[in-house]
Amino acid sequence: MQPEWIARFAGGVMIGGAAALFLLLNGRVMGASGILGGLIDGSGRANAAERLAFLAGLAGLPALLVWTGLGRAAAPVAGPWVLVLAGLLVGFGTRLGSGCTSGHGVCGISRLSVRGIVATLVYLLTGGLAVMAARMLGWSA
Amino acid sequence: MRGLIFAALAGALFGVGLLVSGMTDPARVRGWLDVFGAWDPTLGFVLTGAILPMAAAWRIAARRTRAHTGRPMPAPPAAIIDARLLGGAAIFGLGWGLSGLCPGPAMASIGFGGVPVLIFLAAMVAGMGLFGLIPRR
Repeated sequence: MQPEWIARFAGGVMIGGAAALFLLLNGRVMGASGILGGLIDGSGRANAAERLAFLAGLAGLPALLVWTGLGRAAAPVAGPWVLVLAGLLVGFGTRLGSGCTSGHGVCGISRLSVRGIVATLVYLLTGGLAVMAARMLGWSA
Repeated sequence: MRGLIFAALAGALFGVGLLVSGMTDPARVRGWLDVFGAWDPTLGFVLTGAILPMAAAWRIAARRTRAHTGRPMPAPPAAIIDARLLGGAAIFGLGWGLSGLCPGPAMASIGFGGVPVLIFLAAMVAGMGLFGLIPRR
């Protein structure tokens, strides 16, 4: 059995490698919420095709891997109403704070951006609080 | 055209990385965030793995004015810690903890996450749209 951390680390290197390619090839910061958000509020209209191409790759290859049995799908941890609430919070919060795990976490921390580091500490803290609250409230799928 | 192919490749590699690392598994993500309970610290391996190549990329980018496609390299963000950043990150974290899903993994799961992921994504898009409706100076 391969140690657990190898898969975590290898997946992380792929995530960081993707961000590195997007920066060095396209001159873009790879932030998932920003790439989608710009399409939704129209602020990214000028480079909509590039955003759509990125999202097509992001949604497409993992789907292909799972359908062919090479990857594993996972079960949800929350019921539909909690997912609605969570989705609203994630959508609104990432636009208000200008980033999510990929933009602030991966791209921000790696350039030692104070904004990225502070944002990451804050969302890890409230994320931890939300997990604790969900457990106390019995919110699970 | 090349820019579009590169973008699709970056997106695809990002998606596979999310799948392999476990970021698309909400139960695992909740364990990573459960610092006040049964904390699973292996999220650190994902973050470390992701930060290493990207830190190298930022160092290369600092020596160049343009990316391969000719676009100028992005300017560093202003080092402003304001209420918007803190509030946005706090709100995002709450949603992440409740669902175990953040934007990248949610989109990577669209083909196999079934109805729950679609519900989450629809609400996430609505939340983004709601923010877009707020008038800005």
